[in-house]
Order: sequence, then structure tokens, then C-alpha cells
Amino acid sequence: MDQGPEGTGLSSGPSRRRVLGMAGAGLVAVGGIGGLGWAATARHNDAALTAADAADPVNLPVPFHGPHQAGIASPVQDRLHFTTFDVLTEDRDKVVAMLKAWTAAAARMTSGVDALDPGAFPAIIEAPPGDTGEAVGLPPARLTLTIGFGPSLFTRHSKPRLGLDGRRPDALEKLPHFPGDTLDPLRSGGDIAVQACSDDPQVAVHAIRNLARIGFGTVSVRWSQLGFGKTSSTTPAEQTPRNLFGFKDGTNNIAVDELDKLADHVWVSEREGPDWLVGGSYLVARRIRMLIEIWDRTSLAEQESIIGRDKREGAPAGKQLEREVVDINTMSETSHVRLASPLSNAGKRILRRGYSFVDGSDGLGRLDAGLFFLAYQRDPRTGFIPLQRQLAKNDAMNEYIRHTGSGLWACPPGVAGPGRFWGDTLFT
Amino acid sequence: MRLSRTAVPVATITAVAAVLGGCGITKDKTAAAREPSAAPSPTASAASGNAIAVSASDSACTLDMSSVSSGPLTLHVHNGGTKVTEVYILMGADGTGGIVTERENIGPNSDADVVSELAGGSYTISCRPRDSERINTGLTVTGSASAAPTSATAAGAVSAYRDYVAEQVHDTIEATADFVAALKAGDLEKAKSLFAPSRVGWEAIEPVAESFGDIDPKVDTREADLESGQTWTGWHKIEKTLWVDGTTDNMGTAGDDLLAELHILSSRVADAEITPTSMANGAKELLDEVATGKITGEEDAFSHTDLWDFKANLDGAKKVYDLLRPLVTDSLLTSTLDTEFADADEALDKYKDGNGWQDYSKVDEAGRKALSDAVNALAEPLSKLAAAVVST
Repeated sequence: MDQGPEGTGLSSGPSRRRVLGMAGAGLVAVGGIGGLGWAATARHNDAALTAADAADPVNLPVPFHGPHQAGIASPVQDRLHFTTFDVLTEDRDKVVAMLKAWTAAAARMTSGVDALDPGAFPAIIEAPPGDTGEAVGLPPARLTLTIGFGPSLFTRHSKPRLGLDGRRPDALEKLPHFPGDTLDPLRSGGDIAVQACSDDPQVAVHAIRNLARIGFGTVSVRWSQLGFGKTSSTTPAEQTPRNLFGFKDGTNNIAVDELDKLADHVWVSEREGPDWLVGGSYLVARRIRMLIEIWDRTSLAEQESIIGRDKREGAPAGKQLEREVVDINTMSETSHVRLASPLSNAGKRILRRGYSFVDGSDGLGRLDAGLFFLAYQRDPRTGFIPLQRQLAKNDAMNEYIRHTGSGLWACPPGVAGPGRFWGDTLFT
Repeated sequence: MRLSRTAVPVATITAVAAVLGGCGITKDKTAAAREPSAAPSPTASAASGNAIAVSASDSACTLDMSSVSSGPLTLHVHNGGTKVTEVYILMGADGTGGIVTERENIGPNSDADVVSELAGGSYTISCRPRDSERINTGLTVTGSASAAPTSATAAGAVSAYRDYVAEQVHDTIEATADFVAALKAGDLEKAKSLFAPSRVGWEAIEPVAESFGDIDPKVDTREADLESGQTWTGWHKIEKTLWVDGTTDNMGTAGDDLLAELHILSSRVADAEITPTSMANGAKELLDEVATGKITGEEDAFSHTDLWDFKANLDGAKKVYDLLRPLVTDSLLTSTLDTEFADADEALDKYKDGNGWQDYSKVDEAGRKALSDAVNALAEPLSKLAAAVVST
């Protein structure tokens, strides 16, 4: 399966613009996923598809269905709205019904149409619109929606929930306490997590808002985080983005077309299971506050020493160019890159998809900013946990960061087709 | 969107939620209630109402009949052209009276239904293929120029609700009279204990009461909502005096003024024009009141008696639902609402205190979140009640 940005099925789903282009050619409701009646519900009502639209990938949707969930090994988009939910009910059927409704809405929204039908402009105007409407006229913006299930979905207060007794993977446990953690319980955990990534913040926010609305009564939003400026590239052909410390981040990340590395480090295989999770992955989220003002007062030499890379080029210590092979022996023993390198971690890797965040200021005039770290791996016990143990203990960067939020979720495999739903392998 | 559509004079959209005939002043949040009602009420026979086939193309917009009787109408639109089109129902023979309803994005070789309810008069059906001028066709609607006949069930619901409103106003006046008597007697503790009960009837019918735009600001304005130069009167003014200043001084007069306004309300509610749709929208608004004012503790900021209002809002909404339930054919919606009303009551019952309710400032964050979740869970399906009533 081609995971590359140009090979992710760009021709297989209509965008808001393309829908109408197709409609104009008399092809209503033949394209797309599951024959959802596109023309009647398309969010976009501008002119038909133009050549310029077709050339701009922002206007084309990322396919929702497939063996793996989109939003993991898809090219990282520019914006994030990450939200976790707590399940309010003990009624399993109610949760299943919501997951089905969410799946249908997610398939629609990622392809660029209203969350529900009737959508933003129902025929009966006494009805509240089925879709909240703020994405009307916007392209799909490569929206992806990715779901994960937290350990608290399976047991609460040591009691099994929702008939999921015995189905929690051993690896799906609350992350251990790491030295220096200053976690806020109101920014941590959650029975279900949904990651919305998009090139347009409004499209991502729209998606989460509509899922939350569909979920009222079954789930309650626990916490959420907006992110911008991807901090980890998964597309080496593009320029590596910089984080709020001003350093390039993600140079040696797993790329979306490195299928062997994805298989080795990201996707849960039949070997470790459980069955319901094969083809899925584990998601770690950490809200990492950066002590920006302190960092900014640090000399360039010190900054580069802490990171282990040159700030201008991103070259590893002792090298000239960004992509030259890292030699950890030339780096400070407490440098971040050295400690995080697979060479210091028995070859283990994680797929990072983090974003920067700025949540205004903190009342003392300090920027409440940092990195919203998101990482996918096939087993957190060999992925994030040993890595973070090592960093928490030795990383010189710890002086400049605080981990303020945390969570671990098991992300099921992709929704294989229109008759399936998010988590069906777990719930049925 | 709602504003512009419902601002159409003599709007003929189904049961535009005109709560009150002739009340020109607006404070109410029901945009539709701003218009004097010539709106037809929904009828139980709407599903079997008129149907017209509309053939749209790039150059034509033809109807298979040019005259229908008043009441529910469905346009079955088929777009046989090559362009995406839109179909409008416009007021007046020349189509200049405003939009009754519309449907956009009807693709080539596709069909769409446009549902409306029309009173007698002249209308224009207008098709607009993309990048083209409108193509207009006249439609005559015969029959009553005002309300369509209301089904017996719907009429029964409205009548019962009217009785309920009158009863609640009566109760709130009685309870307020006791409250005012305590104020005049200078009995601070008794007055405090009678404050929250005096508001229950008002809170239960708040959307109807609020639709009298000139009464609500005089009786129920919160300090934070005062406009510059506005004299503060009503319950919350008295509330602050009792709880913050710890006195009943001068509150007898304030109480008399409050009572006088409630008597005016009482004399007017008999004439309130109530429809099933306005009832349903009002029920949703009651939950909105809970979500915005009570959950945050803003409503009764000094006395912390918010849970009294919460309960009254919930009961008022439940009353509407019970009355409208026979009109709703969507059994999934009714079963959901049955469950969520019960759950909301259960969530609230944890805070019962004798015949009243606990001090809301003592409810912790987790408790408030649980109440908020219950309100969201109920308000979302409740927002679908108005449309469910229309479509019966």
C-alpha cells in the first residue's frame, strides 16, 4: 500500500469543490464512499472544479477508509484539534450507536461534506441545522480524524465497563509517573481521544465540534488542545518544520512512505495482538509547556548543545548538513537528540506528529506555549516509556520544559469499508 | 439565517414560532416571535399535504399545477438540466415579497424536496441554474390567508399549555405576594427563604414570559446585564439587597413594583398566541437558560438559589414535552427524550434539600460538570422537537 502523499488515493474521493464538478458532469452520487448523496449535501456551492483546484492538494480529501486509520501515517497537516471524551453511560449499545454515528459523520466530513444529512441548511427551518456550518465553502483541507481508546474505557475504579472485560491490551495502561512530571488532571486521560488534523484550523475545529455534538448524552468532552505549525515532518521532501524553540524538529522521523519502518515500529501486528488492535497503533499525547522566556535568554551555543543540532541548518553536532548521519558520540551526553535517538534506545523508534501550541499567556505575562507531543508506536512499553524515562532522567532540556498533560490510547485499525465503524473490532 | 427569513412579513413558513400576537417589543430570543403571527399552525395532516412536481432545467422551471389549497406543500424538484440549480418559494406574484424557503445545490439529474406550509395568496416558484438568471413561475394558493386548521391533538396541546402558563403565572404571583409581605414586615430571614420559591412559576414559563419584552427587563434583569442609565428593578435587585446588604429597607416598594409587573403579565398571557412549534422552541430555550445561567451560577449570584430555577426550567420544558409527545411520530426521539429527562432529573435530585434545593455555591466543579453533561444530553435531542412537531 502506497502511503505517500501523492499515492494516498487522491483520486478516490470527491472534495467539496470536486463534488460539484462531478455533479456538473452528470456524475452525482457515483463517486466517494458509500454513495452518500454528495450533491445534495455538498458544503461548497461555488463554481465547479477548476484546474487550479485540482492542482492544490488542500482541496482534495484524504481517504477515510482503509486498513489503517488516516492521521497516523498520512502526511502531517498544519493544524490540530485534539480532544478527549469521557463516556457517561454504562450502556454498551449506546456507545456503539455513537461510534457508528461518529464514523458516518467522520467519513462525510473528511471528504468535505456536511457532518449529517440534512446538513447546514435543512429544508425544515424549524430544525437546528444538522451541521454547524462553519466549514461551508471550505475545501476538505486534508482533514483526518483518528480515534483511540484509553485504559479508562475498559475499567473504571478497577471495575470492568461496557462489557469490555478482558479486552484491554496489557500495554494499554496509564503511563507511569516520570520524574519531573507536573501533570494537570484536567489535561490528562480520557476514555476516548479524537485527533483532528487539517490544513485549515476551522475545518479541524468544525469536525470536533460536530462529533462532540453528536456525542452529547453518551460522552462528555474532557479536555482539548489546539495546535498549529506541525513540529514533526513525516514528509522528508518538504522542509523540516521548526518548533517554538526555533529548532528543526522531525528530521529523522519515520516518513510516511517507509512502509518497513511503519510495520516495525508503528502498526500493531498479529504477533503481539490483541486481535482487535491488529493494524492499529498506540498514541501517546503529552502537553509539554516550554519555558519560552527562559529559553530565549539562553545563548545560541547552549541551545545547540542542549538540542544536539545546529540551529541554522539542523545539522547534527559535528556535521554540516541537516540530513547527515547522526553520530551521537560527538554530542553532549545530555543532549536531547542523543538521548532520543534510536541509537540510544536499542533501535526503537516512534512516529511523531506533534504540534506547537500557544494558549495565550499565563497571567504572569509568560507565554503559555509549548509542544503538544503526539507519537504513535506499536507498543508504548518499548516505545515512548523507556524513551521518556531516559529523557526525564538525563535530558538537559528538562530545565526548559514541563510536562503538563498526558494520555495513552489504543487506536484501532482503519475502518475497512462503509459497512464498518470505528472500534467495531473491539465492540463486536 | 433565521432572522432574515422570519423577518418576511406575514411569514408563511410552517408555524413560525409566534408566541404572541401583536407584541412588537422584542427581547425574546425566538427570532420568529418578533413577527405578528399570521402563521399557519402545523397540522396533523401535513404529511398528506399538497405536492407539486417541479421540472427544472437550464432554461425552464415548470410546475405540474398552478394552484393549490393552503396548508402543507412539498415541491418534488427534478433538475433535468446540466447545471446545478436552486429552487425558491417567494412571496408575491412578482416574487419580491421575500423568501419563504429555498433549496440550494440541486445537481443535474437529481431530485430534491422542498417542504413548506403556505397560507392563501400569490407566490412565485423560482429556479436559478448556476450562473443564470432566475426563472419564475407563478403559484396561487387558495384558502385561508391566516392559520391553517389545527389538528385536534395539536389544539389540545396548545390549550393545555395555555392553562399551564396561566397557572404558573398565578402561582408566581401568590408566592411573590408572600415574599413581598415578608419584605414589608422587615423579616430578612423569611424574605430570603421566600425569594427562590417566588420565582418558580416565572422560571417554568420563562420563554413565554420573556416574550413580553417590556416586562422581563423590569422583573428579571441581572446586575451584570444592566445597561448604562437603566434603573435596576425586580427580583435580582431585591436579591442583592437581602444577601449583600443584609437588609429589607426600601424593598417593600420594590416588591410592589415587581408584583404589579407580574399582574400585567397575568392579564396578557391569556392573549398569548401559542403554537406547538413555539412551545417546542420554548422548551429548548428553557434548557439553554439552564446551560447559560444556572450551570455557571450567574443567575442567582447572591443567593446561590440557582438550583431552584434549574428545576423550574426543567419542569417547564418537561411539561411542554409531555403535551407535545402525542404529536411526535419519531419514536427514537421520544425514547431518547424520555431517558434524558429522567437522567437530568436524577442528576439534579442529588442536590435536593427538604422541599428545596442546596446552595449552588456548595456544588463543586465535578458536580457542575455532571449537571452540565446532563443538560447537554437533554438539550441536543430537545432541539429536534420543534421540527418533529412541524413534520407531523
